Amino acid sequence: MAIDTETAAKVAKLARIKVEEADLPALADEFSAILGFIEQLNEVDVDGVDPMTSVTPMRLYRREDVVTDGDIQQSVLKNAPDAREGFFAVPQVVE
Amino acid sequence: MSDLMKLTIAQARDALRKGDTTAVELTEAALSAVAASKPLNAFVHDTTDIAHAQAAAADDRIKSGEAPAMCGIPIGMKDLFCTKGVNSQAASAILDGFKPEYESTVSQNLFDDGAVMVGKLNMDEFAMGSSNETSTYGNVVNPWRATGSNQDLTPGGSSGGSAAAVAAQTCLAATGTDTGGSIRQPAAFAGITGIKPTYGRCSRWGIVAFASSLDQAGPMTKDVRDAAIMLESMCGFDAKDSTSANIPVPNFEAALTGDIKGKVIGIPKEYRMDGMSDEIEQLWADGTAMLKDAGAEIRDISLPHTKYALPAYYVIAPAEASSNLARYDGVRFGHRAKLAAGDGITEMYEKTRAEGFGAEVKRRVMVGTYVLSAGFYDAYFNRARRVRTLIKKDFEDVFAAGVDAILTPATPSAAFALGKTVEDPVEMYLNDVFTVTVNLAGLPGIAVPARLDSNGLPLGLQLIGRPWEEGDLLNTAYALEQAAGFTGKADRWWV
Repeated sequence: MAIDTETAAKVAKLARIKVEEADLPALADEFSAILGFIEQLNEVDVDGVDPMTSVTPMRLYRREDVVTDGDIQQSVLKNAPDAREGFFAVPQVVE
Repeated sequence: MSDLMKLTIAQARDALRKGDTTAVELTEAALSAVAASKPLNAFVHDTTDIAHAQAAAADDRIKSGEAPAMCGIPIGMKDLFCTKGVNSQAASAILDGFKPEYESTVSQNLFDDGAVMVGKLNMDEFAMGSSNETSTYGNVVNPWRATGSNQDLTPGGSSGGSAAAVAAQTCLAATGTDTGGSIRQPAAFAGITGIKPTYGRCSRWGIVAFASSLDQAGPMTKDVRDAAIMLESMCGFDAKDSTSANIPVPNFEAALTGDIKGKVIGIPKEYRMDGMSDEIEQLWADGTAMLKDAGAEIRDISLPHTKYALPAYYVIAPAEASSNLARYDGVRFGHRAKLAAGDGITEMYEKTRAEGFGAEVKRRVMVGTYVLSAGFYDAYFNRARRVRTLIKKDFEDVFAAGVDAILTPATPSAAFALGKTVEDPVEMYLNDVFTVTVNLAGLPGIAVPARLDSNGLPLGLQLIGRPWEEGDLLNTAYALEQAAGFTGKADRWWV
């Protein structure tokens, strides 16, 4: 399936990656090549086959619902590009 | 180069216990070799201070007579592992300056056993790549060169720094991770051994996530015995990873008897790809003959969905990556773009991710976003997961029919020139054609160096084992290693 520049722009927006207008045609071509490769999967008869959810048959491990960690505000914030007064700081979100 | 760097883990362990050397001496020799290896660009973060402290502690422990096998062994750590207080950036600019406040379970397991970290290792960005050319730190150069050539070759990827560091004898072993072949392909390109264990053997906690249903850590070592020793240290149940297997870890080294009489080795016809080179054909035939001579029964088998493994992988891995990499938003860690007046939070996300991610990572995140988007989820993602079920069933069927292990080439070629594949993503993806099935089926797989090709470059064979039977797989690999007798080392052109 050929991907047009409009679809490429929409995907970039969904992925929250800024792509310059001029770069969209090349990106669309790359998507088309990769999706063309993936199209081979349409040859496989998958009727009645369940999608894999876990490669190893296992029940997810469950632990006691208790607090195991905490009181580490400084550690949590240590790598933040902008942290103030014990919070992560971001540009204004709501008007 | 110090003779100490020629030792295997097993030899170093024995020498340390006998008092013939010390962890401090070994570590100094490794740090010198690391410093001399700059032209390879394998090491990207210095951990000299940690190495000194760990080596001194290891010597105390060895003197007490209570030291595990990895105690005092200098290793390199792939940059994908979060190491406390040390830059851990997955070779990405988006994690610029990130120093975790915690230690990954696998690196902690190794440190608990006394291993000494002599540096962090280069890799493809977020482990996405097969040639180590997508790293923010630049390419890694393979220590191996073709006979009579001075052209730089790829060490493979994504664990290219790990492969180069071990092949160049800068450390005795290194950690790697493998999502589609990222331990086995670089191991084959660098003439070393690498094993990806069964999915769930190694905890993924603290390893920067690429595709969570496929990612596994494993050791990259000089030989099979070392792989057994180091894997045992890395493995084990971890309550912090919900997919970690709560089953005992056997003594893998004790499984190495070299006796494979009566074992059934499957040769899958679908791995005989169109256009396979004569040299790879010959390598595979020779490996088959070696196992037969060692007493194994050789059986032709069919894994009918093999050809669909790569396309399924290139849906599932990008889909999981697009989800995992959503966390890189410029808020909690790493890079944040400089914003213009009036920019809001959406611009912050979009500019940060555009600046921080490299081209291949962006490509995969966006492909993943596309295959998960409304209207395409069933056609792409669910279809790929159905095909994955069929690929796993192919293996279950042959194991149920009595096959103990499967022999294939590790890679379609020897190491190629840097710059050869970066222009064509699909061509680069074909590097993983023999290895990617193993990740999709969650199986253990090991690459063992077998011979040099006509250009003097190493070629490897891959053995695939039954789930949770790494001990048996390592033993078959050990028999293959003994028969192949590969002893090649790269000429030390970089010093």
